[in-house]
Amino acid sequence: MRVAPGTVGGSQRGRWLLALLLALVTPVAGARAQTPEDGFAAALAELREADFPSKEAIIERLSASGHRAVQPVLSAFLEDRLFVRTADARIVIAKSADEALTELELVDPVSLADAGRAMPAELSKIGTNNRLRRVLRTTIAHFSLASTDAAVRLAAVQDMLRSVDATTLELLRERSQVEQDARVQRAIATGLALAELDEMDPERRLAAVAILSDRISADVRNRLAVLIEKTPDGAFAETDERVRKAAETAVRSIDSYQSLYSGIETLFFGLSLGSVLVLVAIGLAITFGVMGVINMAHGELMMLGAYTTYVVQLAMPNHLGASIPVAIPAAFIVAGLAGVLLERTVIRFLYGRPLETLLATFGVSLVLQQLVRSVFSANNRAVATPAWMSGTLVVNDALAITYNRLYIVIFTLAVFGILLVVLRRTRLGLEIRAVAQNRAMARAMGIRSTWVDALTFGLGSGIAGIAGVALSQLTNVGPNLGQAYIIDSFMVVVFGGVGNLWGTLIGGLSLGIVNKLLEPFAGAVLGKIVVLVALILFIQRRPRGLFPQTGRAAEGS
Amino acid sequence: MTLTRVCLTAAALAATLIWSGTAAAQGQGTIKVGVLHSLSGTMAISETTLKDTVLMLIDEQNKKGGILGRKLEAVVVDPASDWPLFAEKARQLLEKDKVAVVFGCWTSVSRKSVLPVFEKDNGLLFYPVQYEGEESSKNVIYTGAAPNQQAIPAVDYLMKEVGVKRWVLEGTDYVYPRTTNRVLEAYLKSKGVAAADISINYTPFGHSDWQTRVAAIKRFGSAGKKTAVVSTINGDANVPFYKELGNQKVSAEDIPVVAFSVGEEELSGLDAKPLVGHLAAWNYFMSVKTPENTAFINRWKTYIKKPSRTTNDPMEAHYIGFNLWVKAVEKAKSTDVDKVLAALPGLETPNLTGGIAKMLPNHHITKPVYIGEVRADGQFDVVWKTAGTVPGDAWSDYLPGSRDTEADWVTLKCGNYNTKTKTCSGQNYK
Repeated sequence: MRVAPGTVGGSQRGRWLLALLLALVTPVAGARAQTPEDGFAAALAELREADFPSKEAIIERLSASGHRAVQPVLSAFLEDRLFVRTADARIVIAKSADEALTELELVDPVSLADAGRAMPAELSKIGTNNRLRRVLRTTIAHFSLASTDAAVRLAAVQDMLRSVDATTLELLRERSQVEQDARVQRAIATGLALAELDEMDPERRLAAVAILSDRISADVRNRLAVLIEKTPDGAFAETDERVRKAAETAVRSIDSYQSLYSGIETLFFGLSLGSVLVLVAIGLAITFGVMGVINMAHGELMMLGAYTTYVVQLAMPNHLGASIPVAIPAAFIVAGLAGVLLERTVIRFLYGRPLETLLATFGVSLVLQQLVRSVFSANNRAVATPAWMSGTLVVNDALAITYNRLYIVIFTLAVFGILLVVLRRTRLGLEIRAVAQNRAMARAMGIRSTWVDALTFGLGSGIAGIAGVALSQLTNVGPNLGQAYIIDSFMVVVFGGVGNLWGTLIGGLSLGIVNKLLEPFAGAVLGKIVVLVALILFIQRRPRGLFPQTGRAAEGS
Repeated sequence: MTLTRVCLTAAALAATLIWSGTAAAQGQGTIKVGVLHSLSGTMAISETTLKDTVLMLIDEQNKKGGILGRKLEAVVVDPASDWPLFAEKARQLLEKDKVAVVFGCWTSVSRKSVLPVFEKDNGLLFYPVQYEGEESSKNVIYTGAAPNQQAIPAVDYLMKEVGVKRWVLEGTDYVYPRTTNRVLEAYLKSKGVAAADISINYTPFGHSDWQTRVAAIKRFGSAGKKTAVVSTINGDANVPFYKELGNQKVSAEDIPVVAFSVGEEELSGLDAKPLVGHLAAWNYFMSVKTPENTAFINRWKTYIKKPSRTTNDPMEAHYIGFNLWVKAVEKAKSTDVDKVLAALPGLETPNLTGGIAKMLPNHHITKPVYIGEVRADGQFDVVWKTAGTVPGDAWSDYLPGSRDTEADWVTLKCGNYNTKTKTCSGQNYK
């Protein structure tokens, strides 16, 4: 049984009755539960030693006490901010449990007054498990329903709907009378209508189905589908035919919406995989495509970018949100300088000898891997995702897009756009194109071709570094990061057409989308094989890729 | 590929040279102990720790005066995460270095690769990692969990305590997940779970784009029945998987994921917050408070000189295996493989988490099973454990082919004795 908390409804006497009832049920509390104050403090004190099942009972008692500190205490409990101070065994709430802080500000759980400060080492956390977190979330939801923030209220309603009982419904009905926000109102209406389906009166059930007919969530669909199913003895679970018909129509419409949105979702997945492919390949499109250097260390340059992100986060632990914007230029510079160094010391001696370049850069890639193993150890490093990059953009009940993927799609397009502008509109770009098309002529025009080579390679490497920043948000940051992406990036460049940036963009995106369209049917393993075989066949037919370079540039290189 | 191998072999050779150099200085009369763990390549992350564990145990044993009055001497080789190289290095240990025992291997494929070598040269291998079962060799002691010591209890917990009705078996595409999932599928069906409520899926090694799979799991889990994911996803692919779960708001409260290869060591390399509440099934957790465990953790931290280092399940398996071997050698008064193998069954040694590990005739041991929930600090809260220890079962009782097969190296002298036809078909494993 869930108990109505004092802040929302229930008279003083009701609360007393409940306390009395609880006193009978839980003998430990019996002697002490005389006033809300005492019961609350006593229950709280027991948290110190309690195991998980007794913690659950204590939560019930805390919420039943009607004390004004119930909500802050339970929220702190859910958010891992409830501690026992080792020195005096006193229970305290930390204002923030950010691990980066060296000292935590404490609050007394009963009086909610300041209780000094403490180092994290002086406190031991009162832990929760899945079951407790669930209980806490629903209990807190009862309080959050009165929040001034509509988003909090919406979350509260959704939490409450996970386990519906009479008390919850009563609270929701009360709330729906005064609720102003349309989205919250809609969520409450859904919950109430789902409960109405259990009513005896067919008219009320029919009305409920009518309300639910334009919802597209899976919960609603499952509940409605039960209505049109037959029970094992052959009769329908729903006795009224009109209700059945309405439910059938509603289920059909929900299904069609859901398949539409899952199609959009697949398309977005493909686009996001594609943009990762473009991002890892675009640096290579410059070094391999424009300069003709087969750089096997391209993946390791990405790895350098990812480790740069890690170092930046280490350097600014209190500003995690800003770490990515700082890491992007930092990674560009680190990887770009590494690229220039690589070009000056190794590659420039090997121009026109692709096989030797391949071997030399492969060696460099091993050296770089071992370097990070020695500096950072062979273990993967933890790169945190800033708050603004985690979570989902909820479009509706059937479609939600994850922010990190969305940002990476936008980021890829931005990088591509900037690169295009650099190559088309700047002097460096002009020189790069000139050297790529006709080295001798460019030199005759006064361009320092060796300098341009170094800068071009640096540009491609820098972009690999930026790709590493993006990858650090998606996958493991470890010594093997580069190897996982090197094949993919060559594949995209060759497929798109060597020396053609647009080819890389279109090639990468289409490979991503084809991959994701295949995955639900063929599975990830077979899907990848199918794509590779198709690619081999394609290259046999069109060896120069999707958009082959034409004209003098193609012959010159 | 060949190029990689050449480079790695060169590196491994260099490493071996250094080691054999130090070994030569110690002279005669020592007992040689082989350590066959990858120190480079993809498995180095997990296996290097095990090499250090064995070295620590040898070091401690030597401080106690060695065994039978002789000091122990470690022979460390680096098979470089390269499966054929494992066989090569195993042959080197057995034929050239003439080691008395080998502690080694992590992946099942590396174990399968060295198996013929150990059987031909009559060596002795202690294998410390949970595996898929369906094997019992005369020359291998399996100190890790068989499926009935990890996977089956985990599923039992979810079914009985959490009330899970729908199952996603998600694995990396290789032998361990495929065999484990075959056992689990048969087990679930025997418990009355309908085929429509089981979804099995495999992804390649190092899979990093989990969007489609997580969305599919979410859809599968939204059918109104409590759903759980049983994950046999290998190493590196786990981080992006859990990150995607977090991003798509699949919380452990709704769809818990129970993993068989995510432990303290793996969690120390990543931000554990998105994983909080997800489950892992092991026979050992660092957070289990017993005097033995606390002592072991302290010894480990002192030995490795790094207070932030964690301990994990395969380390305990090596601890148990090493102690069993020491006891067997003392009992047999010899390091001869046949005598040690004869002495091993029936020996007992304490677990780190309390209880006793007993060596069984099928070359497996008894183990307690724990289910833990991931905490934000990368450790586990034990939420459930088996009443006593569970004896390891080499051949699963739930697979049609292996139900009638039995392993017994004491009375039957056979690793795969068919109880129906009453024959021992020799060492041909499926």
